[in-house]
Amino acid sequence: MHKSLGAKIVEFAGFEMPVQYEGIIAEHLAVRNSVGVFDVSHMGEFFVKGKDALAFVQKVTTNDASKLVKGKVQYSAACYEDGGIVDDLLVYCFGDYFLLVVNGANVQKDFEWFSKNKTGFDVSLEDKSDDYSLLAVQGKNSITALQKLTGTNLSEMKYYTFTEGRVAGIDAIISRTGYTGEKIGFEIYVSSDKTISEKLWNSVFDAGKEFNIKPIGLGARDTLRLEAGYCLYGNDIDNTTNTIEAGLEWITKPDKGDFNGRSRIVSELENGVKRKLAGFIVDGRLVARHGYEIYANGAQSGHVTSGSFSPCMNKNIGLGYVQKQYSEPGTKIDIKIRNDFVNAEIVKIPFVGKN
Amino acid sequence: MNIPEDLKYTKEHEWIKVNGNVGTVGITDYAQGELGDIIYVDVTTIGNEVKQGDTFGTIEAVKTVSDMYAPVSGKIKEFNSSVNDNPAIVNQDPYGAGWLAKMEISNMGDLDNLLPASEYKKLVGA
Repeated sequence: MHKSLGAKIVEFAGFEMPVQYEGIIAEHLAVRNSVGVFDVSHMGEFFVKGKDALAFVQKVTTNDASKLVKGKVQYSAACYEDGGIVDDLLVYCFGDYFLLVVNGANVQKDFEWFSKNKTGFDVSLEDKSDDYSLLAVQGKNSITALQKLTGTNLSEMKYYTFTEGRVAGIDAIISRTGYTGEKIGFEIYVSSDKTISEKLWNSVFDAGKEFNIKPIGLGARDTLRLEAGYCLYGNDIDNTTNTIEAGLEWITKPDKGDFNGRSRIVSELENGVKRKLAGFIVDGRLVARHGYEIYANGAQSGHVTSGSFSPCMNKNIGLGYVQKQYSEPGTKIDIKIRNDFVNAEIVKIPFVGKN
Repeated sequence: MNIPEDLKYTKEHEWIKVNGNVGTVGITDYAQGELGDIIYVDVTTIGNEVKQGDTFGTIEAVKTVSDMYAPVSGKIKEFNSSVNDNPAIVNQDPYGAGWLAKMEISNMGDLDNLLPASEYKKLVGA
Protein backbone atom coordinates (compact mmCIF):
# COMPACT_ATOMS: atom_id res chain seq x y z
CA MET A 1 0.00 0.00 0.00
CA HIS A 2 2.69 2.48 1.03
CA LYS A 3 4.97 1.47 -1.80
CA SER A 4 2.18 2.12 -4.27
CA LEU A 5 2.19 5.74 -3.07
CA GLY A 6 5.88 6.13 -3.92
CA ALA A 7 7.17 5.70 -0.39
CA LYS A 8 10.77 5.02 0.58
CA ILE A 9 10.65 2.07 2.92
CA VAL A 10 12.81 1.07 5.88
CA GLU A 11 12.40 -1.76 8.32
CA PHE A 12 11.53 -0.46 11.78
CA ALA A 13 10.37 -2.44 14.79
CA GLY A 14 9.73 -5.40 12.49
CA PHE A 15 7.41 -3.34 10.29
CA GLU A 16 8.07 -2.05 6.82
CA MET A 17 7.76 1.65 7.43
CA PRO A 18 7.70 4.57 5.04
CA VAL A 19 10.46 7.13 5.72
CA GLN A 20 8.99 9.53 3.26
CA TYR A 21 6.51 9.77 0.42
CA GLU A 22 6.73 13.11 -1.31
CA GLY A 23 9.55 14.54 0.81
CA ILE A 24 10.00 15.35 4.49
CA ILE A 25 9.55 19.12 4.17
CA ALA A 26 6.39 18.93 2.03
CA GLU A 27 4.89 16.33 4.35
CA HIS A 28 5.84 18.31 7.46
CA LEU A 29 4.18 21.45 6.10
CA ALA A 30 1.08 19.51 5.04
CA VAL A 31 0.51 18.58 8.69
CA ARG A 32 1.23 22.10 9.96
CA ASN A 33 -0.96 23.79 7.33
CA SER A 34 -3.71 21.27 6.65
CA VAL A 35 -3.79 17.55 7.45
CA GLY A 36 -1.60 14.47 7.14
CA VAL A 37 -1.95 10.78 7.93
CA PHE A 38 0.62 8.51 9.58
CA ASP A 39 0.34 4.74 9.67
CA VAL A 40 1.75 4.06 13.12
CA SER A 41 0.46 0.52 13.47
CA HIS A 42 3.89 -0.50 14.81
CA MET A 43 2.94 1.04 18.17
CA GLY A 44 2.21 -1.54 20.88
CA GLU A 45 -1.10 -1.97 22.69
CA PHE A 46 -1.25 -3.70 26.07
CA PHE A 47 -4.44 -4.17 28.06
CA VAL A 48 -4.31 -4.24 31.85
CA LYS A 49 -7.41 -5.74 33.44
CA GLY A 50 -8.41 -7.14 36.80
CA LYS A 51 -9.01 -6.05 40.36
CA ASP A 52 -5.58 -4.45 40.75
CA ALA A 53 -5.40 -2.83 37.31
CA LEU A 54 -5.05 0.70 38.67
CA ALA A 55 -2.55 -0.31 41.36
CA PHE A 56 -0.46 -2.08 38.73
CA VAL A 57 -0.47 0.89 36.35
CA GLN A 58 0.54 3.09 39.30
CA LYS A 59 3.43 0.73 40.08
CA VAL A 60 4.84 0.62 36.52
CA THR A 61 4.33 4.25 35.46
CA THR A 62 5.46 7.62 36.81
CA ASN A 63 2.33 9.72 36.28
CA ASP A 64 -0.69 9.49 38.59
CA ALA A 65 -3.18 7.19 36.89
CA SER A 66 -5.62 7.60 39.79
CA LYS A 67 -6.43 11.01 38.31
CA LEU A 68 -7.82 9.34 35.21
CA VAL A 69 -11.50 8.78 34.58
CA LYS A 70 -13.04 6.76 31.78
CA GLY A 71 -12.27 8.42 28.46
CA LYS A 72 -9.12 10.21 29.59
CA VAL A 73 -5.64 9.67 28.21
CA GLN A 74 -2.43 10.37 30.09
CA TYR A 75 1.16 10.71 28.89
CA SER A 76 3.44 8.78 31.20
CA ALA A 77 6.73 6.95 31.51
CA ALA A 78 7.74 3.52 32.72
CA CYS A 79 10.97 3.26 34.71
CA TYR A 80 13.32 0.62 35.97
CA GLU A 81 14.00 0.50 39.69
CA ASP A 82 17.11 2.66 39.18
CA GLY A 83 14.99 5.38 37.58
CA GLY A 84 16.20 4.67 34.02
CA ILE A 85 13.39 4.97 31.52
CA VAL A 86 11.96 1.75 30.05
CA ASP A 87 9.66 3.62 27.68
CA ASP A 88 7.32 6.56 27.39
CA LEU A 89 3.71 5.67 26.80
CA LEU A 90 0.07 6.67 26.75
CA VAL A 91 -2.32 5.35 29.38
CA TYR A 92 -5.96 5.07 28.31
CA CYS A 93 -8.53 4.67 31.08
CA PHE A 94 -11.55 2.51 30.21
CA GLY A 95 -12.96 2.75 33.75
CA ASP A 96 -12.00 -0.54 35.34
CA TYR A 97 -9.28 -1.41 32.86
CA PHE A 98 -6.44 0.34 31.01
CA LEU A 99 -4.80 0.38 27.61
CA LEU A 100 -1.08 1.15 27.53
CA VAL A 101 0.26 2.32 24.16
CA VAL A 102 4.01 1.85 23.91
CA ASN A 103 6.70 2.47 21.31
CA GLY A 104 6.89 -0.08 18.52
CA ALA A 105 10.58 -0.80 19.00
CA ASN A 106 9.98 -1.53 22.69
CA VAL A 107 6.96 -3.83 22.59
CA GLN A 108 8.78 -7.00 23.57
CA LYS A 109 11.05 -5.38 26.15
CA ASP A 110 8.14 -3.52 27.76
CA PHE A 111 5.92 -6.56 27.86
CA GLU A 112 8.63 -8.61 29.56
CA TRP A 113 9.29 -5.84 32.07
CA PHE A 114 5.61 -5.29 32.86
CA SER A 115 5.07 -9.07 33.16
CA LYS A 116 7.88 -9.27 35.74
CA ASN A 117 6.12 -6.56 37.71
CA LYS A 118 2.80 -8.42 37.93
CA THR A 119 3.85 -10.37 41.00
CA GLY A 120 1.50 -9.59 43.86
CA PHE A 121 -1.06 -7.88 41.64
CA ASP A 122 -4.38 -9.43 40.65
CA VAL A 123 -4.14 -8.37 37.00
CA SER A 124 -4.07 -9.75 33.51
CA LEU A 125 -1.70 -8.17 31.03
CA GLU A 126 -2.35 -8.82 27.37
CA ASP A 127 -0.24 -7.80 24.38
CA LYS A 128 -2.78 -6.95 21.67
CA SER A 129 -0.29 -5.13 19.44
CA ASP A 130 -0.87 -7.49 16.53
CA ASP A 131 -4.63 -6.95 16.71
CA TYR A 132 -4.57 -3.18 16.18
CA SER A 133 -3.82 -0.85 13.33
CA LEU A 134 -3.29 2.79 14.21
CA LEU A 135 -3.66 5.82 12.01
CA ALA A 136 -2.70 9.27 13.25
CA VAL A 137 -4.62 11.98 11.41
CA GLN A 138 -3.03 15.28 12.38
CA GLY A 139 -3.45 18.92 11.56
CA LYS A 140 -6.12 21.60 11.68
CA ASN A 141 -8.26 20.07 8.94
CA SER A 142 -8.21 16.59 10.47
CA ILE A 143 -11.37 17.32 12.43
CA THR A 144 -13.49 18.35 9.43
CA ALA A 145 -12.20 15.46 7.34
CA LEU A 146 -12.81 12.85 10.01
CA GLN A 147 -16.17 14.25 11.04
CA LYS A 148 -17.52 13.12 7.66
CA LEU A 149 -16.73 9.54 8.65
CA THR A 150 -18.14 9.34 12.16
CA GLY A 151 -21.24 10.04 14.21
CA THR A 152 -19.05 10.90 17.21
CA ASN A 153 -19.03 14.66 17.68
CA LEU A 154 -15.32 15.29 17.36
CA SER A 155 -15.50 18.97 18.26
CA GLU A 156 -16.77 17.97 21.69
CA MET A 157 -13.68 15.86 22.34
CA LYS A 158 -11.05 17.58 24.44
CA TYR A 159 -7.31 17.17 24.00
CA TYR A 160 -6.12 13.90 25.58
CA THR A 161 -9.51 12.25 25.66
CA PHE A 162 -10.85 9.27 23.72
CA THR A 163 -14.06 7.50 22.96
CA GLU A 164 -15.16 4.24 21.38
CA GLY A 165 -17.10 4.80 18.21
CA ARG A 166 -17.23 4.05 14.52
CA VAL A 167 -15.16 5.60 11.76
CA ALA A 168 -16.10 4.78 8.17
CA GLY A 169 -18.37 2.12 9.61
CA ILE A 170 -15.46 0.48 11.45
CA ASP A 171 -15.33 -0.04 15.21
CA ALA A 172 -12.62 2.25 16.49
CA ILE A 173 -11.01 3.86 19.47
CA ILE A 174 -10.99 7.55 18.57
CA SER A 175 -8.35 9.46 20.51
CA ARG A 176 -7.67 13.16 20.42
CA THR A 177 -3.93 12.80 20.79
CA GLY A 178 -0.84 13.01 18.63
CA TYR A 179 2.92 13.30 18.40
CA THR A 180 3.12 16.34 16.16
CA GLY A 181 2.43 19.30 18.41
CA GLU A 182 -0.76 19.98 16.49
CA LYS A 183 -3.56 20.91 18.85
CA ILE A 184 -6.05 19.32 16.49
CA GLY A 185 -5.25 15.75 15.67
CA PHE A 186 -6.64 12.28 16.19
CA GLU A 187 -5.30 8.78 16.56
CA ILE A 188 -7.66 6.03 15.43
CA TYR A 189 -7.23 2.45 16.57
CA VAL A 190 -8.97 -0.21 14.50
CA SER A 191 -8.65 -3.92 13.83
CA SER A 192 -5.43 -4.90 12.07
CA ASP A 193 -7.46 -7.07 9.68
CA LYS A 194 -6.11 -5.96 6.30
CA THR A 195 -9.51 -5.34 4.72
CA ILE A 196 -10.58 -3.19 7.66
CA SER A 197 -7.40 -1.15 8.07
CA GLU A 198 -7.18 -0.49 4.33
CA LYS A 199 -10.80 0.57 4.29
CA LEU A 200 -10.05 3.10 7.01
CA TRP A 201 -6.94 4.37 5.19
CA ASN A 202 -8.86 4.82 1.94
CA SER A 203 -11.87 6.42 3.63
CA VAL A 204 -9.67 8.93 5.46
CA PHE A 205 -7.97 9.89 2.19
CA ASP A 206 -11.31 10.32 0.44
CA ALA A 207 -12.60 12.46 3.30
CA GLY A 208 -9.45 14.59 3.31
CA LYS A 209 -9.19 15.02 -0.43
CA GLU A 210 -10.60 18.55 -0.39
CA PHE A 211 -7.83 19.48 2.09
CA ASN A 212 -5.10 17.92 -0.03
CA ILE A 213 -4.52 15.32 2.69
CA LYS A 214 -1.13 13.60 2.44
CA PRO A 215 0.47 10.41 3.72
CA ILE A 216 3.32 11.23 6.10
CA GLY A 217 6.42 9.14 6.70
CA LEU A 218 8.68 8.58 9.68
CA GLY A 219 10.99 11.39 8.57
CA ALA A 220 8.39 14.11 9.00
CA ARG A 221 7.06 12.40 12.11
CA ASP A 222 10.48 13.05 13.60
CA THR A 223 10.78 16.70 12.49
CA LEU A 224 7.23 17.43 13.70
CA ARG A 225 7.77 15.96 17.13
CA LEU A 226 11.11 17.73 17.45
CA GLU A 227 9.55 21.13 16.75
CA ALA A 228 7.02 20.28 19.44
CA GLY A 229 9.87 19.45 21.83
CA TYR A 230 8.65 15.89 22.37
CA CYS A 231 11.15 13.25 23.44
CA LEU A 232 11.88 10.29 21.21
CA TYR A 233 12.67 7.11 23.07
CA GLY A 234 16.10 5.80 22.08
CA ASN A 235 17.31 9.31 21.29
CA ASP A 236 16.35 11.76 24.03
CA ILE A 237 15.35 9.27 26.69
CA ASP A 238 16.49 5.73 27.41
CA ASN A 239 17.50 3.46 30.28
CA THR A 240 20.41 5.79 31.17
CA THR A 241 18.24 8.88 31.63
CA ASN A 242 15.50 9.67 34.12
CA THR A 243 12.35 11.72 33.78
CA ILE A 244 13.64 14.64 35.84
CA GLU A 245 16.72 15.16 33.66
CA ALA A 246 14.56 14.76 30.57
CA GLY A 247 12.21 17.60 31.51
CA LEU A 248 9.41 15.13 32.20
CA GLU A 249 8.92 16.22 35.80
CA TRP A 250 5.35 17.12 34.82
CA ILE A 251 4.53 13.43 34.32
CA THR A 252 6.43 12.33 37.44
CA LYS A 253 4.31 12.20 40.57
CA PRO A 254 6.26 10.91 43.58
CA ASP A 255 3.40 11.92 45.89
CA LYS A 256 1.14 9.24 44.45
CA GLY A 257 2.91 6.46 46.39
CA ASP A 258 5.51 3.89 45.45
CA PHE A 259 6.40 3.13 41.84
CA ASN A 260 9.38 1.81 39.94
CA GLY A 261 12.22 4.30 40.06
CA ARG A 262 10.62 6.48 42.73
CA SER A 263 13.56 6.56 45.16
CA ARG A 264 15.98 7.69 42.42
CA ILE A 265 13.50 10.29 41.25
CA VAL A 266 12.99 11.63 44.78
CA SER A 267 16.74 11.85 45.20
CA GLU A 268 17.07 13.72 41.88
CA LEU A 269 14.37 16.13 43.00
CA GLU A 270 15.92 16.68 46.43
CA ASN A 271 19.55 16.92 45.36
CA GLY A 272 19.04 18.47 41.96
CA VAL A 273 19.96 16.87 38.66
CA LYS A 274 23.46 17.20 37.20
CA ARG A 275 22.24 17.52 33.63
CA LYS A 276 19.11 18.58 31.81
CA LEU A 277 17.65 17.97 28.41
CA ALA A 278 17.47 21.35 26.70
CA GLY A 279 16.41 22.71 23.36
CA PHE A 280 18.80 24.70 21.19
CA ILE A 281 18.88 26.65 17.95
CA VAL A 282 22.04 26.41 15.88
CA ASP A 283 23.57 29.53 14.39
CA GLY A 284 24.07 28.85 10.69
CA ARG A 285 23.12 26.12 8.32
CA LEU A 286 24.91 23.04 9.58
CA VAL A 287 22.69 20.52 11.31
CA ALA A 288 23.61 19.36 14.81
CA ARG A 289 22.75 15.68 14.78
CA HIS A 290 22.32 12.89 17.32
CA GLY A 291 25.56 12.15 19.15
CA TYR A 292 27.41 15.40 18.39
CA GLU A 293 29.28 16.91 21.35
CA ILE A 294 28.02 20.03 23.10
CA TYR A 295 30.55 22.43 24.68
CA ALA A 296 29.99 25.21 27.18
CA ASN A 297 32.63 27.48 28.63
CA GLY A 298 35.33 25.69 26.68
CA ALA A 299 34.65 22.20 27.97
CA GLN A 300 32.38 19.41 26.89
CA SER A 301 29.04 19.71 28.66
CA GLY A 302 26.97 17.04 26.97
CA HIS A 303 25.75 15.76 23.66
CA VAL A 304 23.02 16.23 21.11
CA THR A 305 20.22 13.68 21.35
CA SER A 306 18.03 14.90 18.46
CA GLY A 307 18.78 17.47 15.81
CA SER A 308 17.24 18.48 12.54
CA PHE A 309 16.25 21.22 10.21
CA SER A 310 12.98 22.80 11.27
CA PRO A 311 10.78 23.34 8.22
CA CYS A 312 8.57 25.81 10.11
CA MET A 313 11.37 27.94 11.54
CA ASN A 314 13.76 27.48 8.63
CA LYS A 315 16.47 26.98 11.24
CA ASN A 316 18.41 24.07 12.64
CA ILE A 317 17.14 22.96 16.02
CA GLY A 318 17.80 20.19 18.45
CA LEU A 319 17.65 18.67 21.90
CA GLY A 320 20.57 17.62 24.01
CA TYR A 321 21.78 16.97 27.52
CA VAL A 322 23.92 19.70 29.06
CA GLN A 323 25.16 20.28 32.59
CA LYS A 324 22.36 21.88 34.55
CA GLN A 325 24.11 25.26 34.90
CA TYR A 326 24.10 25.59 31.10
CA SER A 327 20.50 24.55 30.55
CA GLU A 328 18.81 27.92 30.97
CA PRO A 329 17.35 29.62 27.88
CA GLY A 330 19.75 32.23 26.55
CA THR A 331 22.89 30.24 27.40
CA LYS A 332 25.45 30.16 24.59
CA ILE A 333 26.83 26.76 23.73
CA ASP A 334 29.01 25.33 20.98
CA ILE A 335 28.31 22.16 19.09
CA LYS A 336 31.08 20.22 17.43
CA ILE A 337 29.92 19.58 13.90
CA ARG A 338 32.62 17.58 12.16
CA ASN A 339 35.72 19.84 12.49
CA ASP A 340 33.91 23.02 13.46
CA PHE A 341 32.63 24.40 16.72
CA VAL A 342 29.33 25.97 15.79
CA ASN A 343 27.53 28.51 17.99
CA ALA A 344 24.14 27.65 19.34
CA GLU A 345 21.82 28.99 22.00
CA ILE A 346 19.66 27.21 24.53
CA VAL A 347 16.00 28.08 24.00
CA LYS A 348 12.68 27.23 25.57
CA ILE A 349 10.79 24.29 24.13
CA PRO A 350 8.46 23.73 22.34
CA PHE A 351 10.21 25.35 19.40
CA VAL A 352 6.94 25.77 17.54
CA GLY A 353 3.89 26.77 19.54
CA LYS A 354 0.71 24.78 19.41
CA ASN A 355 -1.50 26.34 16.79
CA MET B 1 15.87 7.42 -12.75
CA ASN B 2 17.81 9.86 -14.85
CA ILE B 3 21.41 8.83 -15.68
CA PRO B 4 22.67 10.96 -18.58
CA GLU B 5 24.93 9.18 -21.07
CA ASP B 6 27.39 12.06 -21.48
CA LEU B 7 28.56 12.16 -17.85
CA LYS B 8 31.09 10.13 -15.85
CA TYR B 9 30.20 8.84 -12.42
CA THR B 10 31.84 7.90 -9.12
CA LYS B 11 30.78 4.95 -7.00
CA GLU B 12 29.91 7.55 -4.35
CA HIS B 13 27.26 9.04 -6.65
CA GLU B 14 28.94 12.19 -7.95
CA TRP B 15 28.89 13.03 -11.64
CA ILE B 16 31.33 15.09 -13.70
CA LYS B 17 30.84 16.75 -17.05
CA VAL B 18 34.08 17.58 -18.85
CA ASN B 19 34.57 20.64 -21.03
CA GLY B 20 38.24 21.09 -21.95
CA ASN B 21 40.12 20.91 -18.66
CA VAL B 22 37.14 22.10 -16.61
CA GLY B 23 34.85 19.64 -14.92
CA THR B 24 31.39 20.50 -13.62
CA VAL B 25 30.53 18.32 -10.64
CA GLY B 26 27.29 17.41 -8.94
CA ILE B 27 25.45 14.55 -7.30
CA THR B 28 23.33 12.06 -9.19
CA ASP B 29 19.58 11.77 -9.37
CA TYR B 30 19.90 8.56 -7.36
CA ALA B 31 21.89 10.37 -4.65
CA GLN B 32 19.44 13.25 -4.32
CA GLY B 33 16.60 10.75 -4.05
CA GLU B 34 18.38 8.81 -1.31
CA LEU B 35 19.28 11.96 0.62
CA GLY B 36 15.80 13.43 0.42
CA ASP B 37 15.23 17.14 0.94
CA ILE B 38 18.59 18.92 0.71
CA ILE B 39 18.85 21.99 2.93
CA TYR B 40 22.48 23.12 2.62
CA VAL B 41 25.61 22.40 0.67
CA ASP B 42 28.87 23.22 2.41
CA VAL B 43 31.89 23.58 0.12
CA THR B 44 34.83 25.02 2.06
CA THR B 45 37.55 23.96 -0.36
CA ILE B 46 37.29 26.67 -3.01
CA GLY B 47 40.78 27.42 -4.33
CA ASN B 48 42.16 24.20 -2.85
CA GLU B 49 43.90 21.44 -4.72
CA VAL B 50 42.17 18.17 -4.00
CA LYS B 51 43.01 14.62 -4.97
CA GLN B 52 40.63 12.21 -6.62
CA GLY B 53 38.45 10.75 -3.87
CA ASP B 54 39.12 13.56 -1.35
CA THR B 55 36.20 15.11 0.48
CA PHE B 56 35.51 18.54 -0.98
CA GLY B 57 32.33 19.38 0.90
CA THR B 58 29.27 18.09 2.66
CA ILE B 59 25.59 17.98 1.84
CA GLU B 60 23.08 18.48 4.60
CA ALA B 61 19.70 16.87 4.03
CA VAL B 62 16.90 16.91 6.59
CA LYS B 63 17.53 13.32 7.59
CA THR B 64 21.23 12.92 7.06
CA VAL B 65 24.56 14.47 6.13
CA SER B 66 26.84 13.17 3.41
CA ASP B 67 30.36 13.92 2.25
CA MET B 68 31.04 14.78 -1.38
CA TYR B 69 34.11 13.26 -3.00
CA ALA B 70 36.16 14.83 -5.77
CA PRO B 71 35.69 12.72 -8.89
CA VAL B 72 39.12 13.76 -10.17
CA SER B 73 42.25 15.51 -8.86
CA GLY B 74 42.43 19.23 -9.41
CA LYS B 75 41.59 22.65 -8.10
CA ILE B 76 38.11 23.54 -6.83
CA LYS B 77 37.45 26.70 -8.85
CA GLU B 78 33.89 27.60 -8.14
CA PHE B 79 30.88 26.69 -6.05
CA ASN B 80 27.34 27.08 -7.32
CA SER B 81 26.23 29.58 -4.70
CA SER B 82 22.67 29.72 -6.02
CA VAL B 83 22.30 26.27 -4.49
CA ASN B 84 22.29 27.73 -1.02
CA ASP B 85 19.62 30.28 -1.88
CA ASN B 86 17.45 27.40 -3.01
CA PRO B 87 18.92 24.01 -1.99
CA ALA B 88 15.84 22.25 -3.41
CA ILE B 89 17.24 22.75 -6.93
CA VAL B 90 19.72 19.96 -6.17
CA ASN B 91 16.73 17.69 -5.68
CA GLN B 92 14.82 19.08 -8.64
CA ASP B 93 17.58 19.39 -11.22
CA PRO B 94 20.72 17.56 -10.03
CA TYR B 95 22.40 17.52 -13.46
CA GLY B 96 21.45 21.08 -14.42
CA ALA B 97 20.75 24.07 -12.17
CA GLY B 98 21.71 21.95 -9.17
CA TRP B 99 25.37 21.46 -10.16
CA LEU B 100 27.68 21.97 -7.19
CA ALA B 101 31.26 22.80 -8.15
CA LYS B 102 33.62 23.45 -11.03
CA MET B 103 37.08 21.92 -11.00
CA GLU B 104 40.22 22.50 -12.97
CA ILE B 105 41.19 18.94 -13.84
CA SER B 106 44.89 18.34 -13.23
CA ASN B 107 45.10 14.85 -14.64
CA MET B 108 42.73 13.85 -17.42
CA GLY B 109 43.77 10.23 -16.83
CA ASP B 110 41.68 10.29 -13.62
CA LEU B 111 38.59 10.19 -15.80
CA ASP B 112 39.45 6.61 -16.75
CA ASN B 113 38.84 5.57 -13.14
CA LEU B 114 35.25 6.76 -13.30
CA LEU B 115 32.17 4.84 -14.36
CA PRO B 116 30.38 5.38 -17.66
CA ALA B 117 26.59 5.74 -17.48
CA SER B 118 26.08 2.05 -18.33
CA GLU B 119 28.21 0.93 -15.34
CA TYR B 120 26.67 3.45 -12.98
CA LYS B 121 23.23 2.21 -13.95
CA LYS B 122 24.26 -1.28 -12.87
CA LEU B 123 25.66 0.07 -9.60
CA VAL B 124 22.36 1.67 -8.57
CA GLY B 125 20.25 -1.11 -10.03
CA ALA B 126 18.50 1.15 -12.52
